[in-house]
Amino acid sequence: MIRACDVDDLPDGEAVRLLAHVPISVFHTEGQYFAIDDTCSHQDASLADGWVEGCFVECPLHAASFDLRTGQPTCLPAKRPVRTYPVVVSDGAIYVDTAVAQEAIA
Amino acid sequence: MRTVTIVGTSLAGLRAAQELRAQGFDGELVLVGDEPHRPYDRPPLSKDFLLGKIGVEDLELADAAGLLELGARWHLGRRAVRLSASDGSLTLSDGTELKSDGVVIATGASARTLGDGLAGVHTLRTLDDAVALRREIADGGVRVVVIGAGFIGAETASTCRALGCDVTVVEAAPVPLSRALGPEFGAACAGLHEENGVRLVTGIGVAALEGDTRVTGVRLADGTVLGADVVVAGIGVRPNTEWLDGSGLVIDNGVVCDEGCVTASPNIVAVGDVARFRHEGAHVRTEHWTSAAEQAGVAVRNLLAGATVAHHANRGYFWSEQYGHRIQFAGQAAAEAEVVEGSLAERKFVATYLRDGAVTGVLAMDSPKPFTRLRRGLARAATVPAG
Repeated sequence: MIRACDVDDLPDGEAVRLLAHVPISVFHTEGQYFAIDDTCSHQDASLADGWVEGCFVECPLHAASFDLRTGQPTCLPAKRPVRTYPVVVSDGAIYVDTAVAQEAIA
Repeated sequence: MRTVTIVGTSLAGLRAAQELRAQGFDGELVLVGDEPHRPYDRPPLSKDFLLGKIGVEDLELADAAGLLELGARWHLGRRAVRLSASDGSLTLSDGTELKSDGVVIATGASARTLGDGLAGVHTLRTLDDAVALRREIADGGVRVVVIGAGFIGAETASTCRALGCDVTVVEAAPVPLSRALGPEFGAACAGLHEENGVRLVTGIGVAALEGDTRVTGVRLADGTVLGADVVVAGIGVRPNTEWLDGSGLVIDNGVVCDEGCVTASPNIVAVGDVARFRHEGAHVRTEHWTSAAEQAGVAVRNLLAGATVAHHANRGYFWSEQYGHRIQFAGQAAAEAEVVEGSLAERKFVATYLRDGAVTGVLAMDSPKPFTRLRRGLARAATVPAG
């Protein structure tokens, strides 16, 4: 488990980037927290810099979009999914279980 | 509508096929493409592919399973040579005749060429172009002259430099990219060339290419000769419409269509670089990746409806990568522009273009997060209600 930040430091619609074995970003949207690989599967770009709308994040470079719940891309130019990770909220802090990467299921 | 034929199998054509199926078309789907390759992505051709960082398989826009899922009949390596708008009949270069209820024209554009077949002179538009150019520059150490300092020219110069070539860029206009970005920001982007060891010659045209069978140099209008082993022409494209002569469609610098990419025949739509669609009272043709991707959904919706029920929003979004910098642009440039974050000197900035106080466009270098925020603001302002 890696501590991401305090709950108070991640308002709805925002994202925070963590350095784990790979960069991982944690998103707060629709009243929930989601953690996915931060690097877009299309090209080197940080999804934490992207645009969050509902349960989707749009890559800031080439507008590929990913479902935060599954890691699946929803449009070109991305073709491959990103991995998702469990998020735990405890004592006012957000944690990511970086050991449990979940490969997206089509 | 029982049969739809899509002419063109690049991004716009493939997206049209995907949209047809996604929007419920379960009839016969036929795709015709003049290149022998499966649909591939063009933006990396001048960047990571030319650099050798990625291979052909990385360019594919869909894997084999994804293509099979479309349940389409493919005619690859064959070009359409004739269309009759009145009955939707098509003739291919091998003589095949196809009858369709609906036609999607997605034939794109071709690079303007120079040099009449002189060896060593290249363009960069197709996968075959990129493979041929890469063969000549991969080991570095060659003198490359790039003609045209637009985005393709600039990206090619950047990649050739990264491979260790001696690179000169020649641009006829006094300031590169000034039509797309305005003079101040065009100059800021063009400044990257000299900062990275590439010579930039502006405000002078090319008189001729020198060499008998293979190019040896580029002669400029003032008589100066730039020695060259390889020349790359990045001097724009022309829409691929010759095959539509006599079709009955209106052709004028592209296939003329309405706000929803529909031609005067409601059973024929045009998407991507070849489409000259109506937008804010004029007809425009955009040569951007995102336009091709977005037009497909709109055009297919209108084709299946038999009428223009949706409009293309034309968000004017494009990007470029040069010398390790990421340039992003959305909307329309205007005479008035200001830096709103960062600075030109740092080569990290966000600028907005303004007309009558309203933001019409956003340009950014190495600032994806604030750019995305501003781009989304523009998109909301420009959203066109589906009629």
